[in-house]
Amino acid sequence: MVVSSTILSILLFFPLFGAAAILVLRGDDHIWIRRLSLTVGIAEFLLSFLPVWAISPGATGFKLEVFAPWISSPRINYHLGVDGISIFLIHLITLLTPIGILASWNDIKHRIKEFHIMLLLLETGVIGVFLSLDLFLFFLFWEFQLIPLAFLIGIWGHERRLYAAIKFLLYTMAGSAFLIVGIIWLYNQTGSFDFVVIQQFVQRGQLVLSPRAEMLLFLSFFVAFAIKVPLFPLHTWLPDAHTEAPTAGSVDLAGVLLKTGAYGIMRFCLPLFPDASHRAAPYIAVLAIISIIYGALVSMIQPNLKRLVAYSSVSHMGFAILGIFSFTLIGMQGAVYVMLAHGISTGALFLLVGMLYERRHTFEIAEFGGLATPMPKYAAFFLFTVLASLGLPLMNGFVGEFLVLLGTYQVHWQWATWGATGVILSACYLLWAYQRVLFGDITHDKNRTLPDVNNREKWVMVIMCFMMVWLGVHTRFFTRRYEGSCQTILQQASPNLMREAGAPVEASPPGKLAENSMERLAPR
Amino acid sequence: MVPGLTDIYRALPEMVWCVSGVILMLLQPFLKNRQMLTFLAMVGAAIGTLSTFFGIPGSGFSGLIQFDTYSLFFHWLVGLIAFLVILASDSYLARENLEGAEFYALILFATAGMGVLSSAQELLTAFIGLEMSSISSYVLAGYRRDSIKATEAALKYFLLGSFATAFFLYGIALIYGVTGSTNLAVLANTDPSSPYLRIGLTLILVGLGFKVAAAPFQIWTPDVYEGAPTPVTALFSAGPKAATFALLLRISATVNAATSYWFWAFWILAALTMFAGNLGAMVQDNVKRLLAYSSIAHAGYVLVALAAVSGMKPDPDTGAIPAYAAVLYYLASYAFVSVGAFTVLSDLGGRGERYLKTEDFAGLGTRQPFAAAMMALFLLSFLGLPITAGFFGKLYIFKAAVKSNLIWLAILMAVNSVLGAYYYLKVIIVMYMREYKGTEPADSGGLSATAAMVVSVAALITLYLGLAPNHILGIVLSQNLILSSR
Repeated sequence: MVVSSTILSILLFFPLFGAAAILVLRGDDHIWIRRLSLTVGIAEFLLSFLPVWAISPGATGFKLEVFAPWISSPRINYHLGVDGISIFLIHLITLLTPIGILASWNDIKHRIKEFHIMLLLLETGVIGVFLSLDLFLFFLFWEFQLIPLAFLIGIWGHERRLYAAIKFLLYTMAGSAFLIVGIIWLYNQTGSFDFVVIQQFVQRGQLVLSPRAEMLLFLSFFVAFAIKVPLFPLHTWLPDAHTEAPTAGSVDLAGVLLKTGAYGIMRFCLPLFPDASHRAAPYIAVLAIISIIYGALVSMIQPNLKRLVAYSSVSHMGFAILGIFSFTLIGMQGAVYVMLAHGISTGALFLLVGMLYERRHTFEIAEFGGLATPMPKYAAFFLFTVLASLGLPLMNGFVGEFLVLLGTYQVHWQWATWGATGVILSACYLLWAYQRVLFGDITHDKNRTLPDVNNREKWVMVIMCFMMVWLGVHTRFFTRRYEGSCQTILQQASPNLMREAGAPVEASPPGKLAENSMERLAPR
Repeated sequence: MVPGLTDIYRALPEMVWCVSGVILMLLQPFLKNRQMLTFLAMVGAAIGTLSTFFGIPGSGFSGLIQFDTYSLFFHWLVGLIAFLVILASDSYLARENLEGAEFYALILFATAGMGVLSSAQELLTAFIGLEMSSISSYVLAGYRRDSIKATEAALKYFLLGSFATAFFLYGIALIYGVTGSTNLAVLANTDPSSPYLRIGLTLILVGLGFKVAAAPFQIWTPDVYEGAPTPVTALFSAGPKAATFALLLRISATVNAATSYWFWAFWILAALTMFAGNLGAMVQDNVKRLLAYSSIAHAGYVLVALAAVSGMKPDPDTGAIPAYAAVLYYLASYAFVSVGAFTVLSDLGGRGERYLKTEDFAGLGTRQPFAAAMMALFLLSFLGLPITAGFFGKLYIFKAAVKSNLIWLAILMAVNSVLGAYYYLKVIIVMYMREYKGTEPADSGGLSATAAMVVSVAALITLYLGLAPNHILGIVLSQNLILSSR
């Protein structure tokens, strides 16, 4: 059992140790810095498969929990746990980190050591977000992940990197300010930062909040998460941050950072504030639909390829939010699937755009055209990714969006109808962009001699394309492992009336937590 | 009554500090080696700090001083700060060609004054402590005689400081007139309704408010902090501030009249101070001046906690413990972070402190990675980012404020934290994300070995307090710290 109790801690801190190891290397020893960081990335990816055995198909509740008191006053615990939803999101970051390292093998030319340290720190931060079951610990990692990413954008970004980095920091920190106020408020009400304990309070009706207070608390959490997702109208930091970030930064940002927002909504907003969630759902769904359609429309008219992909994220993440707030099992599962699929396919799109930038140092669509002739393999990979992203059946994008629309249709066919337009629009902007970049005549002489993908780029793309197909075909592998967790969230998120009507009480928590919660129940 | 040996032991740290200061001055004609002087001064500071072990809790000299866990905490704090500041001054004095012995002696005298302040149980003793630390500070502020800025700083500090001390003294006189005593234990349960008592308390608050740089008495701070030699600025921002807050907290916690009467004063001072500091800092282009304004803002945060203490005091028994803990924790964490940050500045400033503009810090991340990384850590701690000392400091104050129902003050504090983020991040961004455009490279060749030591210690403390605050929390949350008239 030693292994099972430490595996999550190892998973969490391994990249940090990797970063420390890189720190002691000489700054000009570029090749070994890259090799070491790639090794750490791959090892971490393999490590992240270990927790999967603990999550049997259909399992519910948190597995492999780690619980240790950290700070005595206020009582903050080092409480980690993994369930079906978080484990796959962790896979996403552990996969995208080595991919990002590979993709920026030659792209990053200065301060290489710091670059790799930042990537690994970011990995630790994101894994921490997905593993934390203590609200305070969660907030800590939530803040922690901002710093490396802001540095990635601000140091290795493109022309307007400073503007983008500051905008990104200010937006997300403003969100965090709401979040910490909400967390402390909740602590004052319950005397605990522990998510599991607070959730039990909510479940048993021991945490009594007035509707207004619950709504305010819900909003304080939701705004922080919605900025990260990003949900219209809080999305304006995203195009700048994405466009200015280096390729690896964009991949991590689109692939995983945005998911931390949606994950936060699923993990914390819904189970902690069920009634407020239900009351806010119609409004949020409308915002999600606006995100889907607005993101797609804006993407369609972008002259800048990277900005186009960035806006498409707004559109895709709208589906995830719509699925979550449909409060159906299928919609919820679809939302998780959208997150996974979007991480892979948008990550791949950013990689492809990055490859173009490496060759031409521009993102302007007008600068390209007819690239399929000099770069046939590149064109093939691009087409594959575009089809996956726009939701072709048997590819990853299709499953998630279909499930979301199916789930939403069961409760509000109008929402589903509006959401479905997003699927069509995404086909429009992606295929149109594809046509303008890769087909037609070559209008710029520079483009005639562009080299095709090299071996490194080829293998990066092969891995990504393999993931797209796997996610598209072998859907059950993923869904049956996180189905139970989605079910639990839905159950916890059912409004008070339904809970009182005798919904099954969730599985009893581990003994130490039970003790802990009893302690909390004592009069304060 | 003749003071016994126990009484002497209770004031031993102050005596050791004073005596080592005197010895240093006597040694100066014979010792030409500055490093030897530095070493001796550090030994003096250390022995003084360690001599607290002889003290037996209780009041000494017929109630003039009170040696308790509370004063022990502050003796250790100011002693450690003096130790670090002396070590950090070594390279500074060498660069600026300044004499060492008087400098160190003055630091030690000031430290002795701070020790007296933190254990004063008597307003007149407190006055002596205040004067000891202030007068040494006036001289230290103007120690760079050939610099116009330093002279201006010293004169301004002296004039305004004397004025404030006069307020303090007049307040004591009025209180003595009403109650016939200046002993806090006697004052504890006096009738708060007397108008003269109130005027006296107000005057005392004005005098001490000046020393901790609370708005609207903060006008001197930026100029003095900027003009003083940077290691001295480190001392000012950490030591006297902590000691004066110690006295302020002791008075407000012991004297019931002050507790209730000062509550709104603390509230208003806190709000004004936070805004004065943060808004002022936002428009600075000199990093030293920026940190001076930021130290005003941090005094505002501590005042929030003091307001919380006053707000909680009516609770029976242990009600105010969280607020006490917040004050002590914040003062300790801020002190070390501040010493670290100013020490970085002291070595980066170059001869005559020329390179302290924000643009001089451009590209520091590549030119001097260590200095930049440490500076970034300290700035992030000022900002209150998790895993640094500053985060828990802010968190505890925030919690204390919410607990004593100072919701609006807590909101103002949150707003101010965001304002603070702007200028701290600005410096970090300049250090890491902007290229250095200067024609001549800054002539400071990185941190000197001694400064690097001080900075490393400060950084370790910053991280230690941020990662494992349990230990120090155990100290500041102990029941012994509760000050009462009993």
